[in-house]
Amino acid sequence: MCLFQSVMNYLPKEVLEHVFDFLTSHHDRNAVSLVCESWYGVERFSREKVFIGNCYAVNPERLIDRFPRLRSLTLKGKPHFADFNLVPDGWGGHVYPWIEAMAKSGINLEELRLKRMVVSDESLELLAKSFPNFKSLVLVSCEGFTTDGLAAIASNCRLLRELDLQENEVDDRKGQWLSCFPESCTSLVSLNFACLKGEVNVAALERLVARCPNLRSLRLNHTVPVEVLQKILVRAPQLSDLGTGTFTHDPDSETYVKLKNAMKNCRSIRSLSGFLDVNGRCLPAIYPICTSLTSLNLSYAPGIFSNELIKLICHCKKIERLWILDTIGDKGLGVVANTCKELQELRVFPSDLYGVGNTAVTEEGLVAISAGCPKLNSILYFCQQMTNAALITVAKNCPNFIRFRLCTLNPIVPDAATNQPLDEGFGAIVQSCKRLTRLSVSGLLTDQLFLYIGMYAEQLEMLSIAFAGDSDKGMLYVLNGCKKLKKLEIRDSPFGNMALLSDMGKYETMRSLWMSSCEVTLGACKTLAEKMPRLNVEIINENEAGEDKASCDDRHRVEKMYLYRTLAGPRTDAPDFVWTL
Amino acid sequence: MPADLNLRLGLPGSDQTDVDAAKSNKRASPEKAEDTASNGVPAAKSADDHETAPAPKAQIVGWPPVKSYRKSTAAAVKKAEAESGMYVKVSMDGAPYLRKIDIKLYNGYSHLLTALEDMFKLSIGEYSEREGYKGSEYAPAYEDKDGDLMLVGDVPWEMFMSSCKRLRIMRGADARGLGCAQ
Repeated sequence: MCLFQSVMNYLPKEVLEHVFDFLTSHHDRNAVSLVCESWYGVERFSREKVFIGNCYAVNPERLIDRFPRLRSLTLKGKPHFADFNLVPDGWGGHVYPWIEAMAKSGINLEELRLKRMVVSDESLELLAKSFPNFKSLVLVSCEGFTTDGLAAIASNCRLLRELDLQENEVDDRKGQWLSCFPESCTSLVSLNFACLKGEVNVAALERLVARCPNLRSLRLNHTVPVEVLQKILVRAPQLSDLGTGTFTHDPDSETYVKLKNAMKNCRSIRSLSGFLDVNGRCLPAIYPICTSLTSLNLSYAPGIFSNELIKLICHCKKIERLWILDTIGDKGLGVVANTCKELQELRVFPSDLYGVGNTAVTEEGLVAISAGCPKLNSILYFCQQMTNAALITVAKNCPNFIRFRLCTLNPIVPDAATNQPLDEGFGAIVQSCKRLTRLSVSGLLTDQLFLYIGMYAEQLEMLSIAFAGDSDKGMLYVLNGCKKLKKLEIRDSPFGNMALLSDMGKYETMRSLWMSSCEVTLGACKTLAEKMPRLNVEIINENEAGEDKASCDDRHRVEKMYLYRTLAGPRTDAPDFVWTL
Repeated sequence: MPADLNLRLGLPGSDQTDVDAAKSNKRASPEKAEDTASNGVPAAKSADDHETAPAPKAQIVGWPPVKSYRKSTAAAVKKAEAESGMYVKVSMDGAPYLRKIDIKLYNGYSHLLTALEDMFKLSIGEYSEREGYKGSEYAPAYEDKDGDLMLVGDVPWEMFMSSCKRLRIMRGADARGLGCAQ
């Protein structure tokens, strides 16, 4: 044993723990826990925050056993493609067993963050009653609960600081959940109920805001009228993040004048969203705060015309994050490029979801942004058309992309100028952007693109593929080349058994693989499941639920397959239409 | 069977190449979701093919990949609009064809006028009771239930909505007659 090793062995645990306190990222903590048994032991007793990217990768008992000092838990449930209706209802992702297990074990839970999980009212009630120090609940894209569950949280969580509901499907029982916050609740820092459909008691809301001096973030839903917004702003000029409710009223009215003055007084607002129902002529009321805004989300505001948007953008010189609809047009994006020099993240959503797309944006807007915004590192762009030349230019202008997601409204549209596949364009992106961790591709694409991805995308962790590729080779290039790949999701592409089975060990290094409407057969999935006991290979078959599984032909193509590494074995809560092989 | 009677998967207007593609392991063009249970996939064509897939008019499940929450919010807005349409024709002097707008979409005169400015690429100017529309050569007028040509903006918005049958953007000499300053 060398001197260094003996010194390390005799470092007191307290010293190690103190050093580990400085490690905040999960990645770092996971790494130190693998060094040796002693470090593993110290780390596990000192860890307070745990992130579990797939709730079925491990069971609650194991979590609690390893991290008894757990205070903050983040859980993700359904696969990403569930966002687009590709996963049937009832698939799973229930949070109840987690809350139940933690309650039983006396875990001192303070924070719970959930994404794409099923959260019942019972879970929320149990949560509210079991953890006296509970402070923060963040639910993103979840479902299964009603405003009754929220009432339980409001009533019982004495120390609640944060209730953040982002884009959840909530059954609104038109109750008085907001009124359930007791008078003694003065600790709120963040309240976001923008996704709720029903009315809230506005008097209760005003009183709540008035008695919470630390309130920094407030996002209202569309039922809260401008008159109330104005009163709230007067009470809470310290807000740094505001989501308006409706923003529509007569710009000549007294209310509008009062609103404008109230806005002027809110000198701390850096993030703005909402405008769920908006009259564009009222936008000048927010011009005073635009100058210091760093984050602006207008993607739920279809009622703003392009010229009004442009006028607004001209005031937003410090914007770092902009979410907008494609009604802004290429011209509007040109204005963004000239104005928003601090821009880091841009998302352009489609406004016309059911037609072919009249306005929309094209490759021109993207090129303009890339040329004008040197700090751009994250983009989500829904567009009518794209060209290789544009993508090559973008790649040259912006080598710093971390996330690059491009979605052509026609999934297999070729280069608009040359009719060629878009392989070269996306290829340029992966070659130039050495720090790329997330990529979504679309348009006409062949195996060639995947060759490029395998060759160049060394940091890639998540890849989304739809209607692309020619053969198994495409998928193989990716599996062989992308060493850091964690999540691969593929739909409607001709990848089959050969690609699936070529490197089965690879899947244990990844979080999950989704393949739907591909060429993979039942037989191959069975082979994979048999050879890899630490993977759950799930077949989702909604058409044939209940059909005798033994009679299914191994040569049949599998409609939807989702596989993930797990230490928990096959799950016990799978519904009829999910078959774990 | 004559070639034109062959049933095949493919969008109207696409030619024989699609059939060959379907016969190989490549997939046919996108179909309606209910017909093929998302099996319809466009052929991944090489650069040699002349075929370019036309924009699919059929709905593909889950495309474009927009969160269902976002889709349902947008749908709710569209539904509210569609349920209560109040369409009127809008003509502009000198324009070759008319437009149609749904007055119910707007919550006041300023909103309506901004929309008209945007639609016709012009500037209408500020309304005043005394002088009509100052500062532009255009004046918005409407035809009411009695068939009279009225200046937009005189009556309360709700009354305007129920009495407006047709909009007309007047220009130049005619507009001056409605009290528009030069």
